[in-house]
Amino acid sequence: MGATGTRAEPVPPTAPPGPVADRPRPRRRPQRTRWRGAGTAWLFLAPALLIFTVFKFVPMGRAFDMSFHEVRPYLGDLWVGMDNYTRVLTDEAFSSAIVRTVVLAVGQTGGSLVLGFGLALLLEGTAKHLWFVRTAVFLPTIVAMAVVAEVWRILYYPGPDGTVNSVLGWVGLGPSQFLNDEDTSLWSVMSVGVWRGAPYDMMIFLAGLSGVDRTLYEASSVDGASIPRRIWHVTLPALRPVFAILFTLAAIRGLRVFTEIFLLTNGGPNGSTEVLMTLIYKVGLERHDLGVASAGSVLLLLATVVLTLAVRFARRGRDSKAAS
Amino acid sequence: MRRGNRTDTALGLSYPRGPLTRVLRILLHTVVVVIFAGPLLALLVGAFGEVTSPTEFTLIPRGFTLGNFTRAIDRDVLLYLLNSFVVVGGGLLLQIAVSVSASYALARKRFPGMRLVFLLILSTMMLPEEILAIPLSLVLADVPVVHVNLIGSLWGMILPVAAWGFSILVMTEFMKEIPVELEESARIDGAGELRIFTAIVLPLCRPALGVIGIFGFTMIWDQYLLPLLVARDAGQFTLPLALRNLRSDEEVGLGVLLAASLLALLPSVIAFLALQRQFMKGLTAGAVKG
Repeated sequence: MGATGTRAEPVPPTAPPGPVADRPRPRRRPQRTRWRGAGTAWLFLAPALLIFTVFKFVPMGRAFDMSFHEVRPYLGDLWVGMDNYTRVLTDEAFSSAIVRTVVLAVGQTGGSLVLGFGLALLLEGTAKHLWFVRTAVFLPTIVAMAVVAEVWRILYYPGPDGTVNSVLGWVGLGPSQFLNDEDTSLWSVMSVGVWRGAPYDMMIFLAGLSGVDRTLYEASSVDGASIPRRIWHVTLPALRPVFAILFTLAAIRGLRVFTEIFLLTNGGPNGSTEVLMTLIYKVGLERHDLGVASAGSVLLLLATVVLTLAVRFARRGRDSKAAS
Repeated sequence: MRRGNRTDTALGLSYPRGPLTRVLRILLHTVVVVIFAGPLLALLVGAFGEVTSPTEFTLIPRGFTLGNFTRAIDRDVLLYLLNSFVVVGGGLLLQIAVSVSASYALARKRFPGMRLVFLLILSTMMLPEEILAIPLSLVLADVPVVHVNLIGSLWGMILPVAAWGFSILVMTEFMKEIPVELEESARIDGAGELRIFTAIVLPLCRPALGVIGIFGFTMIWDQYLLPLLVARDAGQFTLPLALRNLRSDEEVGLGVLLAASLLALLPSVIAFLALQRQFMKGLTAGAVKG
């Protein structure tokens, strides 16, 4: 990176000799230099735009295109209108996958939020050992999902002397089949998501907590309010925007859950953890039904866009209050 | 500075009360650490122990052996690790260069179409690999215009992550804060565009480089679906992708998976611990900006 600094770069012809120093208005770029260097700007933007075009926008276009066709390699695609969409929306496998995806996304998100908030309350403070505890708790978030999934496959070993089953045994529960049983598989996957998501939420809540006005705590303790009442009436209202943002962001991410399902259960047993993305993967890349898989992807994209725009509009109203 | 005041935290826990609350607090902290860090610690312990079956996966060491690692190396783990490093190294270098360059234009220039470009970059954050998986695999097999097949090549894992909306946004926000005066005086001195960029703007961006560096690293290291789409055979597996095929071994059983998982975990943990401050900065920025 460093060597480029020494290369002689001709001054672009559009650039005037440079603004004179006696301008009375600092900071803001002066009006007359407004469009100067537009060419340079595009040059600096070119690599990013090129990569985004090839690997984001072109695939998106292809997805739209394929979703209206029956894709037949070598034979030419056949226009089928909305057929693929009808199939996605009426097919039993797809509709139950959509329901499962939403249940999983909401459950993981809600669980992470509640647990993350609890952790944040517990671990708030400036003491040195708290920093250590917070760092240790945060580790699951930065470890690659593939490692997390393999570790939990071991922890969930269904025998009575599996790790989690042993712990459950201490309190007189279990043994459970976890990932191997249709009734528990989805909850087991959800718990892994909460385990990995809660520390992330904790860190964001901690940032939010440090911004809560301390005089409000003092006032409430002068008034004789108990700690639970203080949390209910002071802390929670102050963190409401953080809750809203974290919930929607995590829910959006939850809709496209793939890696953990693929590695923990691959949709099984008996389809009990099949979510939209694993189904799209199977339909598209294993059964080569590209049209239907694309229609599923486009619907997922639409859901994402709608949710994202909803957040942005909701946030525009009460901006600047968010965690700083 | 007042210490240990009852109103310092929401729970007021830092205020030292009776010995009972203190014991309870230590207990709670221990439980929390065991739940969240315990499984990863067990991975560390197990990778160096004789752990053949899932029932032996605990925090208590079972002997000491390097056998798991030698077995893992026999089974090409070093190749997978090398692939991972090539992908993360190449991807991250490109990602940082592309982000910094784009941010320079977005933060320091004004040109027609700028708002549109900004929106386009924002919109890419709604288009992750998962949603694009199916068409992306077709594009990777036949890149438009140049007609190159990236399936089976590590380039197929590097190029798609070479631009990341999050990095560009974080960097742009940061660059906007750099005073224009520095740049203008350099321009008076006759410095060219590239020189201003590399000699003035870039050095001032070092704190933000740490943020996008650590985030880019964890993002690329965590990639799963993209390598899955690109790899044709085990020769192109990254380490996270290879774990699935290392779940058991006839000699050391589960140990081989633990050793390989530990190797897949360490780089991101080390990177995180080294750049923790920058990580936290990016975390709050990311949560607020989306």
